[in-house]
Amino acid sequence: MIPAAFDYVAPRSLPEAVADLVKHGSEAKVLAGGHSLIPLMKLRLSTPSFLVDIGRIQDLSYIREADSHIALGALTTHHEIEFSELVKARLPLLQQAAAQIGDAQVRNRGTIGGAAAHADPNGDFPTCLLALDAELIAVGPRGERSIKAQDFFVDTFTSALEPAEILREIRIPRPPSASSGTYLKFSRRSQDWAIVAVAAQVSLREGRVERVAIGLTGMGPRPLRAAAAERALTGKAVAPDALREASAQAADGTQPPEDLNGSPEYRRHLAAVLTRRALEAITGSK
Amino acid sequence: MRQRVSMTINGTNYEHEVEPRLLLVHYIREQAGLTGTHVGCDTSNCGACTIEMDGHSVKACTVFAVQANGSQLLTIEGLAQGTQLHPLQQAFWDEHGLQCGYCTPGMIMAARQLLARNPDPTEKEIRMGIEGNLCRCTGYHNIVKAIQAAAKVMGEGAERKAPATAPSARRD
Ligand SMILES: Cc1cc2nc3c(=O)[nH]c(=O)nc-3n(C[C@H](O)[C@H](O)[C@H](O)COP(=O)(O)OP(=O)(O)OC[C@H]3O[C@@H](n4cnc5c(N)ncnc54)[C@H](O)[C@@H]3O)c2cc1C
Ligand code: FES
Ligand code: FES
Repeated sequence: MIPAAFDYVAPRSLPEAVADLVKHGSEAKVLAGGHSLIPLMKLRLSTPSFLVDIGRIQDLSYIREADSHIALGALTTHHEIEFSELVKARLPLLQQAAAQIGDAQVRNRGTIGGAAAHADPNGDFPTCLLALDAELIAVGPRGERSIKAQDFFVDTFTSALEPAEILREIRIPRPPSASSGTYLKFSRRSQDWAIVAVAAQVSLREGRVERVAIGLTGMGPRPLRAAAAERALTGKAVAPDALREASAQAADGTQPPEDLNGSPEYRRHLAAVLTRRALEAITGSK
Repeated sequence: MRQRVSMTINGTNYEHEVEPRLLLVHYIREQAGLTGTHVGCDTSNCGACTIEMDGHSVKACTVFAVQANGSQLLTIEGLAQGTQLHPLQQAFWDEHGLQCGYCTPGMIMAARQLLARNPDPTEKEIRMGIEGNLCRCTGYHNIVKAIQAAAKVMGEGAERKAPATAPSARRD
């Protein structure tokens, strides 16, 4: 399988890359790790005539802790996130998701910026970013702007990025100290994409759920929040019944697809079960 | 427009003009003439094309040759020292870790990355570590045994070289 022919540049800076994208308009595409784009190009489902490889731009690969947030450069690989002590300590949800993406070779190449920009409804990072209330920083011809995760993931394979915009950084607010999260993914084989996955982050105060965020993978055309379950649990004392009642509402308001992996019904069931398991794992209440 | 690329494969420098759409695995096999790296699925799933690029295992069917410009690559041909097989190669031989052998170069390259990051893996960690590699002959049992045997030999080698310090997981 050979992709259609294209021209290729590997600019050394973000302004150059943006200028290349502006110059070539809708014919151009950004290339990061290539682990979504190259398979699509080999199938000729994507046939850009111009690729702007951002892989050689310096200082787009980092994980840094700031006062209010943790910043990840767009080119940070899944592998770097999986093995980061900082991410493991502060954002276990993201670390666990990273470790479950594809396989070691995929994780060595794929980038968090590419995973976000690709906006695959079955992708693992988009759901995590939604559950963690991330902000995505993009640079384009008109300068820089920040987009909230809830506005970033628009539809299947559609993000809020403009054609000549490049995602530069992802900022995740630092969760409070009494907060923890987990990512539970259900698939048939270990290397597979999620059939359904759940990203949950819970903040506790004096035995009560102060804040809870539950993100769902594979339950609609984009990553979703289990809003009804979140509402049901907020303010409640942590107890097995409360977790069970809230989890039962995890699939409310979702539009899970029908495909070879399962029916919408099956997915709703998975969402509820995985949500309960995630909440039990985080709170230690069963 | 063709692009000039230059990269080091197993210590030898290669330089060619290539089309940007040329996949790295085709560059390695057809331009550099190193046919030990196989194409199995051509869809990023089977791992037969696994090589190391700047110290990281990658599926060479899912990388453009232009992306590897300036990189250091290691393929299966670069593992043996003269006639001395790499411990992983020897272990695959000793433990019958191959049947038709088609997946073997990729399996060994994936196993190498696994052992570099986790020199003493459990059986489960080995099975997870090669999740990106498929064996169409389904010979996983002996593949896992071979990797266990190699880990043992490589661990002993590391202790002999550096008796004072315990080998620690390299996280590159
Ligand atoms: C075998 C296999 C298994 C996989 N399994 C999983 C899985 O289980 N879960 C999962 O979530 N993913 C999985 N993936 C996808 C993988 O995580 C991809 O790496 C990721 O989705 C895209 O990241 P990338 O850096 O490779 O992006 P690329 O493929 O380079 O780009 C993807 C898209 O985003 C755009 N883009 C990339 N970076 C930027 C940027 N900084 N700014 C603007 N636009 C940008 C590109 O133009 C392109 O449209 C798998 C992939 C493979 C090949
Ligand atoms: S040929 Fe590259 S993964 Fe199968
Ligand atoms: S030995 Fe035949 S594919 Fe693995």
